[in-house]
Order: sequence, then C-alpha cells, then structure tokens
Amino acid sequence: MQHSREALIQAYRQMKTIRAFEERLHDDIALGEIAGFTHLYAGQEACAVGVCEHLGPADYIISTHRGHGHCIAKGCDVVGMMKEIYGSSDGLCKGKGGSMHIADINKGMLGANGIVGAGAPIAVGAGITAKSTGNVSIAFSGDGACNQGTTFEAMNMAVVLKLPVIFVFENNHYSEHTGESYAVGAESMTVRSAAFGMKAIKANGIDFFSVYDAMRELIDYCKAGNGPASIELDTERFYGHFEGDPQRYRGKGELDRLREERDCLKVFRTKVTEAKLLEGKDIDAIDTEVEALIERAVAESKAAPRPTAAHVLEDVYISY
Amino acid sequence: MAKKMIRDVIRDTIDEEMARDDSVIMLGEDIVGGMGSAGGPEAIGGIWGTSGGLWAKYGSDRVIDTPISESAIIGAAAGASLTGKRAIAEIMFADFIGVCMDQIWNQVAKFRYMFGGKSKCPIVIRMPYGAGYNAAPQHSQSIHAMVTAMPGLKVVMPTTAADTKGLLTQAIRDDDPVIFLEHKALYGLKGEVPDGEYLIPFGHARQVTQGDDVTILATGMMVGFAEKAAAQLAQDGIGCDLLDLRTTSPLDEEAIMDSVERTGRLLIVDEAPPRCSFATDLSALVANKAFASLKAPIEMVTGPHSPVPFARELESAYVPSPDKIVAAAVKAMSYRRG
Repeated sequence: MQHSREALIQAYRQMKTIRAFEERLHDDIALGEIAGFTHLYAGQEACAVGVCEHLGPADYIISTHRGHGHCIAKGCDVVGMMKEIYGSSDGLCKGKGGSMHIADINKGMLGANGIVGAGAPIAVGAGITAKSTGNVSIAFSGDGACNQGTTFEAMNMAVVLKLPVIFVFENNHYSEHTGESYAVGAESMTVRSAAFGMKAIKANGIDFFSVYDAMRELIDYCKAGNGPASIELDTERFYGHFEGDPQRYRGKGELDRLREERDCLKVFRTKVTEAKLLEGKDIDAIDTEVEALIERAVAESKAAPRPTAAHVLEDVYISY
Repeated sequence: MAKKMIRDVIRDTIDEEMARDDSVIMLGEDIVGGMGSAGGPEAIGGIWGTSGGLWAKYGSDRVIDTPISESAIIGAAAGASLTGKRAIAEIMFADFIGVCMDQIWNQVAKFRYMFGGKSKCPIVIRMPYGAGYNAAPQHSQSIHAMVTAMPGLKVVMPTTAADTKGLLTQAIRDDDPVIFLEHKALYGLKGEVPDGEYLIPFGHARQVTQGDDVTILATGMMVGFAEKAAAQLAQDGIGCDLLDLRTTSPLDEEAIMDSVERTGRLLIVDEAPPRCSFATDLSALVANKAFASLKAPIEMVTGPHSPVPFARELESAYVPSPDKIVAAAVKAMSYRRG
C-alpha cells in the first residue's frame, strides 16, 4: 500500500496524540487531578489509527472502556475530551460521562463503554444504517469482551443479516487482570469468528501498516456486500487495566521489554525513516506539535467551567 | 473481638464457610486474578480485595476464576446451586446486573416456585454497588429496588463490619437465593467483629440511634450519613430513631411500625433515584399501615431521577448528603396541619 507523505504524517500525528494524551493522563491521575476510573490505551495506537484512517464521519465505530484512542482516531476533539475527563461542564459530554463514556455521534463515534461486550450488538445496529449508505460499522472489542455472549450474538446476527460490520478484536493479552490463555478457550479470536461464518483475519497490532492494509481489504470486502468480517490484532497495553492497577500479573521486566521491543510508535518511526518516506526531523516536529496540543488541552481543562447541581437533571430526556 | 475492614470480613467469612462446608464454591471475574499470566494466580486476589488467599487454600475446583461473562457466571452458579453446591458468585460491579438479568430474574428467583417447591438454589450473588468513586453512570448505581421487587430473592445490604459477618454467614447458609449488596465506599470501614460463629437472621433492622421525634430509615452508605445528620439534629433537640434496615427483603416491618407509631414522623433516605424505589415502597407501607400515627407527610431524601453523573461536583450533588437529611428532618418537625 502506497502512502502519501501527508497520509503518513497524519497517521503518526494521530498515534502520537493518543500516546501523549494517555501519558499526560497517567501523570495527572497520579497527582489526583482526575476523578474516577480511567483505562489508558497507550501501546495500542496502531490499532485505532490503522482502522480509523480508512473511515469518514458516516462510518461508525463503537469502543470500549479503554476508549480514548478510538475517540481520537475517529476525530473527536482532543481538548473537549480532556475537559470531559477533567469533569468540566464544557467537556465533550458535559462532565456527565467522563473517561469511560466519551462519544461524538456526529463524528460517527458511538461511545466508549463501561460494560464489557456491550458494543458489538450496537455496532450491528449501526451496520444496518451503514448498509443503507454504503458505509461500514466497526465494533472494537478486547480479548475480554470476545468472551461475552453479547459479542457472540452480535457476530451471528451480522452474518445472518449480511451487514457491513467489522469486529476488531484488539488482543492485548489481558482481560483486566487475567491472561488471554486462561480466558479465551478457542485457539484464537480469528478461529472463533470464522466459525460464525465470516471472513476472519489477523494482523500485527503494533504495526500501523499491517493493520491499515488488512483493514483496506476488509472494508472493501464488506462494502462489496459480502457481510461482516473480523480481525484480530496482536497488540500490547503499556499501563494497567485501570490507573492504580499494581499490575502484579505482569512478568518481571515485562513492561520495560514491551516498551523497548513492541512500541508501535517506534516501529512506525523505524519503518518510515528506513524507507526514507519521512525523516527523523519530520517526526520530531510532530512530537513537538502534539506535546503543545496536549499542554493546551490540559491548561484549558483546568480553567474550564465546572458543572453545578443544576446540571444533574439536564439531558436525562430531550423533553419531559 | 477483632477490628477489621469490611473487605477483610467478607474474605474471612467466606473462608470460614468454605472450611466448614465443602459444598461452598465461588465464581467470578478476577476473583483469583492473574490466571494465565506471568505474575501467576492471586496476583491481585480480587479487585475489591475480598477473595485474597482463597484460591491458594481451596484450589481451582472451588475458587473458580471466570472469563468476563456475567450471564454464564450467574447461570453456572445457579446450576451448581441447583445441584448440590452453595455457590457464591461475584458480579464485579452491581451495574453489570444488566448483562445477566435473565439468569437472576427469570431463572434463579423463580426455580423453586416454578418447580412446585421441589428444588432449592442456595446461591449468593455478591455485588459491589453505589456511588462515591466518580465511576460514572455504568459503575455507580444502587440497584437494590430492582432486586427487592423480585419475588424469590432475598436482599441484604450490610453497613458494619459485624453485620457483614453475621449477614454473609446467614446468606451462605440460607437455602434461598440471596443478593448480597456491598457498598463500594464502605469496604475500607473498620469495626469490631465477633469471633467464632456469628449469624444474623434476615428481616431484623439494627437500631442505630434512638429518639422520639423522627424515624429515619436508611440502607447502605446512607446509614452513616443519616447517623451524622442525627447527631447534628440531636444538638438542636431533635431526637432521631434511626433504623439500618439491613435486609430489604425480607423487611423488618415490625421495627418500622413500632418506631413510626412512637415518633409520628418518617424520613426515608435512599441513594437510588426516587421513582418506583425502595423509598417509595417504604413510604407506601407506612402510609397504609400507620396512617393514623403520622403527624407530618413522609419525607424522602433520595438521588434525583437521573443516572449517576461522573464529575465530582455532579456526583456530590446527586448523592443525598447529611445536610439534606437534616433539612428534611427539620421540615418534618416544622409541619403543622391545616
């Protein structure tokens, strides 16, 4: 797959934005600046961006509790997201949902989700809409959600209804604190998906190009009216299940090794500079630009208006 | 007597019951934690710290770590309990009841009735619930009204360390299905716990404070809030008869009636939203059975008719506060007929 210089810069900018966003949250949560439960996406950036770089606003995605990366990749406003996580009434969801419920329907982002396995059935419904407009619907799930009955039902229904739904399983090898080998009975999510009667492939979830190329094939397949498809992405998460997780289930030195050997941003940089598609200074310039954006997002979030008791009953209904 | 945190009381009580009765088993997501990982089993011992050490002691046949599959967890616990085990199932957050509602509502709750009284399903479903963590709409709810409304289920809401031991022991030994609701904000609360065997029968409220002016009924985290309010009201000469109901099904109607008939005023404090709620249920009961005793309209301090919001300011505004309880008690005291 050929990529223009602009496309490469955009892909890297998106991945770097996710990484910087999450690393800043990690720091600010440790400082007590942010309330609630936060699940960071750092390490998995190539998955969200490799999928979403193919999509437009009329294509849908639905995400998980680990949703910030999908939101950014699908075009949600980064400052609005940060404000939301900071609990501002000026946040993307007015401080009502926080980290686990960021959504922007106008961008085709149907929400992060606090319930493991809740997304896939909703993606089937969005697939009904997408079918009528020639678009696709993407259900992001993890190796935890792949074991929920809701996910099984959604996969079967998408096959039966021949919908343009792509089930993207980001296998970061831990469902919360439990290893994939314990919790997933099938040989792989791909084998399981294929058994439902859909096209199912694997890709390297730490390599943007692997994810991107595989998704091109699946999106074309779905748009041609062949029904749903599934992809399993082998990836890594760099932080705990939630912020504050002591991660005692990790092996000794595991995180250091992952950051050294399986960092999708490093993989991208090496690939594009070795192929002389971009220079190191191009990438450094994006890093600087992104760091400034995140700094601004945090500064604006800290200065943003706070919700009051009067907001509690707003938006329960449209009219009542 | 030993002083313990509620989370440790839960683990120790399960431990005692598993040691006493081989048929007691546990199932849930990450109740062992670290299965299939380099860190190994019991890397976390349950995300709430309520099951540490149990897997090492009782093994994988009795402490069963499961995939994230709430319907299968409850279904499996139900099936095991229907066939001779006493299963303790953990749903990591009570909000996830949505995923496994059929197994609870149509299966567990109805087996005995549908089967003509010829079966028993001694399951305990433990569910951490409630606000206080800014955990947003899908991880903060109080779901006791929903399960209290289901015939066939017993519903327990302990608020002290001692009660946690007595009620959980009773729940595990009870032959009926029990929903055991643990308020997340109370896990770290410490209190004296009786040594040895200790059971508290269901359907008996705990008298928290005594007074002759206003009856306050509360459950869960609201009991502590009401206790604070009662202390403040006492300084103003208002005596509160505060009852911690402890179980919502069965309900200690006798204690409620005895108190209301004495005070003539009722204030109900409930963390959940106000419609078709435990508060309205109690209100209807008292209005019907103790109408003649009432000197003032029944007051209710509840969450609003909204999901539990995320932001700190919003969650604080959502949850009933001691100040709101004081204000409602004063309102009941100031009421004059006609």
